[in-house]
Amino acid sequence: MSIQVDLRLRQGDFARTIRFQSDVRVTALVGPSGCGKTTTLHAIAGLVRPESGRICLGGQCLFDAAARIDVPVAARRLGLVFQDGRLFPHLRVGANLGYAGRADAGDIADMAARLGITPLLDRWPRHLSGGEARRVALGRALLSRPAALLLDEPLAHLDAARAGDLLALIADISDVPMLYVTHDLREAEQLGATIIALTSVEV
Amino acid sequence: MHHEAVDRVADETVCRDDGMFAALTPAELAAIGVSLKVSGTATLFTLPLAFGLAFLLARRDFRGKAIVDALVNLPLVLPPVVTGYLLLLAFGRHGPFGQALASIGVSVLFRWTGAAIAAGIMALPLMVSPMRLALDGMDRRLEAAAATLGATPARVFTSMTVPLVLPGIIAGGVLGFAKALGEFGATAIFVSAIPGETETLPLAINAFLQVPGREPAALRLAIISIAIAFAALVAAQWWQRRAIAHRA
Repeated sequence: MSIQVDLRLRQGDFARTIRFQSDVRVTALVGPSGCGKTTTLHAIAGLVRPESGRICLGGQCLFDAAARIDVPVAARRLGLVFQDGRLFPHLRVGANLGYAGRADAGDIADMAARLGITPLLDRWPRHLSGGEARRVALGRALLSRPAALLLDEPLAHLDAARAGDLLALIADISDVPMLYVTHDLREAEQLGATIIALTSVEV
Repeated sequence: MHHEAVDRVADETVCRDDGMFAALTPAELAAIGVSLKVSGTATLFTLPLAFGLAFLLARRDFRGKAIVDALVNLPLVLPPVVTGYLLLLAFGRHGPFGQALASIGVSVLFRWTGAAIAAGIMALPLMVSPMRLALDGMDRRLEAAAATLGATPARVFTSMTVPLVLPGIIAGGVLGFAKALGEFGATAIFVSAIPGETETLPLAINAFLQVPGREPAALRLAIISIAIAFAALVAAQWWQRRAIAHRA
């Protein structure tokens, strides 16, 4: 799937231009902390409004400042896996997984089995470990049947074993294109991703 | 009006009062009924209005916000007698609301509906405050996360915003109900104390205290007031605990 991003983002006092494109299934945005990776991902998802530029995904323009296109977040159908998981605290794991409403009980059970979180379905998110919460967040995004999966440092703050397990699960995802943000080049390499080094141009 | 009411309450109960523990007299039951009806209605109708105002004040910036904020809180700082008098002016025969209601054949003067309006106005600031705090304190990033999963703004509101601030809504509801239950000054001025219609528990207690020898009746109603308020608090705590079960 093709991704074309050409953005000018303003954050407080300074603006940055981010420009890349990719035509492969797994693309990794790699760059040091604070270079605007997360903001770029949120802009693609529609949570941050760029100052100008355009974002096109698989032939559809989600944002084009010149053409006044700005597809609402809910209509973009992008599965964003947040760095902090952002599970809904008032919904049990099962309800979190099914929140998007595009999966039936069988789909949820299958996804839970695939991610190894079946025993957690009745738990409150508060009682999950960091690694468990990431898996639930990943499953929730996948069950929204997204056009693409946007992953924001999904292995951050996990110990080596948990991180390895989760990376293997992510590598197994084959049915949806991915944009994977990380500061660690090795993760991108293990996913066999096309690597885009994000060296933001500060203006 | 007021003294008439006192006389009636006294007349009805004078021959049956066997002291503290006698069964409730019809007059006492009427006061309880009026109180529950007035407070319940006031809470039910003011709650959505209060939440709308809390949402507006917490989430939106608009011209005149400071004025709206001050107006909402005005009943908190005005003497209740003044609020009651203003209501009388507004809903009176020549007042703007009074004329509007008269055109559809409704009057709230000296009616229990008027008592509910007075109670609702007095309760409004106490309801808005905890709801606004809850809205200010909630993690709005969860709303954004819901939107990325395809939730429409309406669904985000019902599935994220409302349940996440539910403890604040409950707290506001209880405070408002308690305030409505205890409202005295504005109600007395606005709709007077008509037994069976506008005479709520506090007004009835006041009436009994005006009559020599009726103190036991006043004490009984006071105890009933305490029981109702206590039951409301216990129920709210139970509901509150359920609302935050996920935090345990």
